[in-house]
Amino acid sequence: MTNINEKRKEWEEKCLKPWLQKAGQREEKFETLSGIEVKTVYDPEDIEHIDYIRDIGYPGEFPYTRGVYPNMYRGRLWTMRQFSGFGTAEDTNRRWKMLLEEGETGLSTAFDFPTLMGVDSDDPLADGEVGKVGVAVDTLKDFEILFDGIPLDQVSTSFTINPPAGIILAMYVAIAEKQGVPKEKIRGTIQNDMLKEFHAQNTLVLPPEPSLKIIVDIFEWGIEHVPKFNLISISGYHIREAGSTAVQELAFTIADGMAYVEAAMERGIDIDRLAPQLSFFFNSHNDFFEEIAKFRAARRMWAKIMRDEYGAKNPRSWWLKFHTQTAGCSLTAQQPLNNVVRTTIQAMAAVLGGTQSLHTNSFDEAWALPSEEAVRVALRTQQIIAYESGIPNVVDPLAGSYYVEWLTDKMEKLAWKYIEDIRKMGDGSMLRGVLRGIENGFFVREISDAAARYQREIEEGKRIVVGVNKFTIEEELKIPILKVDPEVQRRQIERLRKVKAERDNEAVKVALDWLRSAAENDENVMPPIMEAVKCYASIGEIMGVLKEVYGTYKKPIII
Amino acid sequence: MNAEEVVEGLLSGNRRALARAITYVENEYPESKEIMKHIFPKTGRAHVVGLTGFPGVGKSTLVSKLTEEFRRRGKKVGIIAIDPGSPFTGGALLGDRLRLDGMDSRKALWTDPGIFFRSMSSRGRAGGLAAKTGDVVRLLDAFGFDVILVETVGAGQSEVDIIEVADTSVVVMMPETGDEIQVNKAGILEIGDIYVVNKADLGGAEKVERWLKYMLSLDEESVQMLSQMTHADEAKVASGEFFERRKGWSPPVIKTVADRGEGIKKLADAIEEHFEYMKKSGLIEKRRRERVKRELFEIVMNDVIKLVKEKTNYRDLIMKLLKGETDPYTAAEQIVEEVIQNAGKG
Amino acid sequence: MEKKIRVLVAKVGLDGHDRGAKVLARFLRDSGFEVIYTGLHRTPQEVAMAAVDEDVDVVGISLHSGAHLALVPKVVNYIREYGGNPDEMLILVGGVIPTDDIVELKKMGVDEVFIPGTPISEIVEFIKKKLPEKRKKK
Repeated sequence: MTNINEKRKEWEEKCLKPWLQKAGQREEKFETLSGIEVKTVYDPEDIEHIDYIRDIGYPGEFPYTRGVYPNMYRGRLWTMRQFSGFGTAEDTNRRWKMLLEEGETGLSTAFDFPTLMGVDSDDPLADGEVGKVGVAVDTLKDFEILFDGIPLDQVSTSFTINPPAGIILAMYVAIAEKQGVPKEKIRGTIQNDMLKEFHAQNTLVLPPEPSLKIIVDIFEWGIEHVPKFNLISISGYHIREAGSTAVQELAFTIADGMAYVEAAMERGIDIDRLAPQLSFFFNSHNDFFEEIAKFRAARRMWAKIMRDEYGAKNPRSWWLKFHTQTAGCSLTAQQPLNNVVRTTIQAMAAVLGGTQSLHTNSFDEAWALPSEEAVRVALRTQQIIAYESGIPNVVDPLAGSYYVEWLTDKMEKLAWKYIEDIRKMGDGSMLRGVLRGIENGFFVREISDAAARYQREIEEGKRIVVGVNKFTIEEELKIPILKVDPEVQRRQIERLRKVKAERDNEAVKVALDWLRSAAENDENVMPPIMEAVKCYASIGEIMGVLKEVYGTYKKPIII
Repeated sequence: MNAEEVVEGLLSGNRRALARAITYVENEYPESKEIMKHIFPKTGRAHVVGLTGFPGVGKSTLVSKLTEEFRRRGKKVGIIAIDPGSPFTGGALLGDRLRLDGMDSRKALWTDPGIFFRSMSSRGRAGGLAAKTGDVVRLLDAFGFDVILVETVGAGQSEVDIIEVADTSVVVMMPETGDEIQVNKAGILEIGDIYVVNKADLGGAEKVERWLKYMLSLDEESVQMLSQMTHADEAKVASGEFFERRKGWSPPVIKTVADRGEGIKKLADAIEEHFEYMKKSGLIEKRRRERVKRELFEIVMNDVIKLVKEKTNYRDLIMKLLKGETDPYTAAEQIVEEVIQNAGKG
Repeated sequence: MEKKIRVLVAKVGLDGHDRGAKVLARFLRDSGFEVIYTGLHRTPQEVAMAAVDEDVDVVGISLHSGAHLALVPKVVNYIREYGGNPDEMLILVGGVIPTDDIVELKKMGVDEVFIPGTPISEIVEFIKKKLPEKRKKK
């Protein structure tokens, strides 16, 4: 290697330096989107410390840097899963059927804010928001309509839902039973990741500790009853959207994952039974190589953590499977068609990083919910990468790139630093450390500072956003916008009233009392939630009981 | 709105007039003097409760829960929450209001007409209060609030100014933050009429409680000695004035978990008890006399300085001082003489 | 003493996206404003009462929930109902707002709508320029 070292010095002296003196450079220094400084060029010396077999290896083998499956997309392409939902269950059911016909291979449910927060459509807090950014769900009745004509043994469904995650899972199981599909066979994902809500996304109802307790209840119940269902999607996506760097996204997501595993193990859950039902969810932003490095580093870290720290025995438990969504926060309202290009770059990074499923954003989303045409282009973007680009034909084609391997390693190191800090906050426990970091504002402060730094760079013109602070035009925007029928709220409230009038209210009361007693006595809340859902108890009623028992949470403000 | 409209509105229960009056007073608008003159006779009825303590001990949450409790007891509650402001940019972020329980907690504290919440910036001032806190308290008092809660900045500095506006000072602490440091810090032991150990569900609450009770049982001299040993505070502590002002009252230590509303009733009881004691023992007159005297002197001082600036050749004297042609004492005597001679002339 | 410009930065409705609101609050503070932040999940009534009690010059409402046409006019109307005068204040809205709705919002008394990606310096400039004009009108 000394040869390379000498050669590089010679090159710097004789080739680069005179060139710089003559031609100069656009910037004094170059950084990734996360602020990692990058050199002019990388060579074998930069990855000298990386051992191919130990640190990179082959796909399908520890430490899974190159992918969790041996042949990756040569076997099966990633799942093209477009997040969608709006209006009433009928509206969303129609949109889903269109997407399935267009070649989408998995469903992904967007709920409206009242559903996400666990309040009913007739709640004063829900006013104006029913069916706006997703589908409104109050009771099992809505689910019956939502999945009408969609066979649950053939699709997998992802639910972006957090505080009421257990209720939604129970509804899905109830629908499967109605369709005659055994619950052991249903596939899908509930997001069910409250920790990132405290850090970033703010869908907050119960305080952190009871929130975690219920998540572990869902784990405990889920490994018995729905073994093919991902019981959590440990999410960095929202942390990134809130303004974090890629390194923070990586570090905090892995830290949260560790906290969940520790919480489950404290309950006595067998890690090898739970691990296959854990999944992850990352953001894919504009810095192409940094994103690829992030995905590769995440897989490597998780494999080591599960095997070496938590002693998982089954290689299947070492896999980090993840869903990716392109970065919503990178979309611009100005010159919206440019967003197609951004999304393409981000989607390519996700595929090159080995994602298991992908959502591509629509170009009009800085303006409103996507129109049908925009949704189609977004899906077509994935299909073009899949069928025309040749990218999926070789597994992890960027491995061995001096830069990509160096950056993968660098991001892992930076993420470990964060994880060790968090562990220290918890006196050796990641679970306590994460909870402590929520309480003392560590995560929020880190993310807010990064967001402010990013904004400042844009304000000062140091960071270029094409069409926003450079290459701007005067434009008249004519984007076809999806309008949600303002009648949705009224119709939804009517349906809820009708359900409440027709159901067996005595049975509802019994189920809710059972739930209250389970919560008060520290028993698993899933069996009574299952019962309540089947009696058509509403999400608001069920969450209401949990709020009474556990109290509600107010987030400390850190700007 | 002019001064007259503001006063009339304020005294007839118009919130906007009250809000505007505060703006005028806080920013020292010309109208503010007129307003204060008119409302002064209507003040003196409210119970002013100060809450002070280190950052993160849960003052704002306590304020919210206390407000709810006092409302339940049929009292109208005014709240002044002070946050730090930058002396450089003048900017401030006033974020205490969001602790108030609203519809998100199935409560209506944000929209209850019996509650008025005002955020103020300290505008770089030390001591834990905003410059015009005293006058703003009077405005809320005149408007008819029964209880006025004043939450200090809580920036970890010595925030002893609260005793200058409050009838009852509540010092809030929590476990796990280096108890001895908290307790020994600047004036903490001297200013409280009531002590709260919040977040009592965290480990170590008993330790803080025990330590507090022990420290509070000490006499003046021992505390002063301890204060000196731990380099605690300035001259203010040593004056003994602090002990005089709570004579005969032994400050209770109350454990709370504000998030869950635990201990709030007890705290509200203690606050009311203290007020009763103050009235019964005559201590309240004493404290209020002190307060009025200080305020009067402050106003006089401001007026005199204004006179000096308007009616004397103080600039010449400053030049002479710089050149060493006079000394500050002689100069001051000259100025006072000049003021006396010229004050009467138009 | 020069009067400080007081701004209420409000999150109305159930969406939890506070990145924009928080970055705005921070930059406004650093620009010398007194910023009152409401925190998440406020109702229109709550925002309106805060605007009146705090006697603010500017009300900045941030929402990403698509509920702007339903919620923003309610804020304006409640300010009036609680005795305040929205015509003396600058009412600003920020978030994911379609162009047609921007026109609608302006008809409802909103002074300006800022879409994602708007430089904050532009918002600061707008406040400094427009606020004196509004005050003159009252």
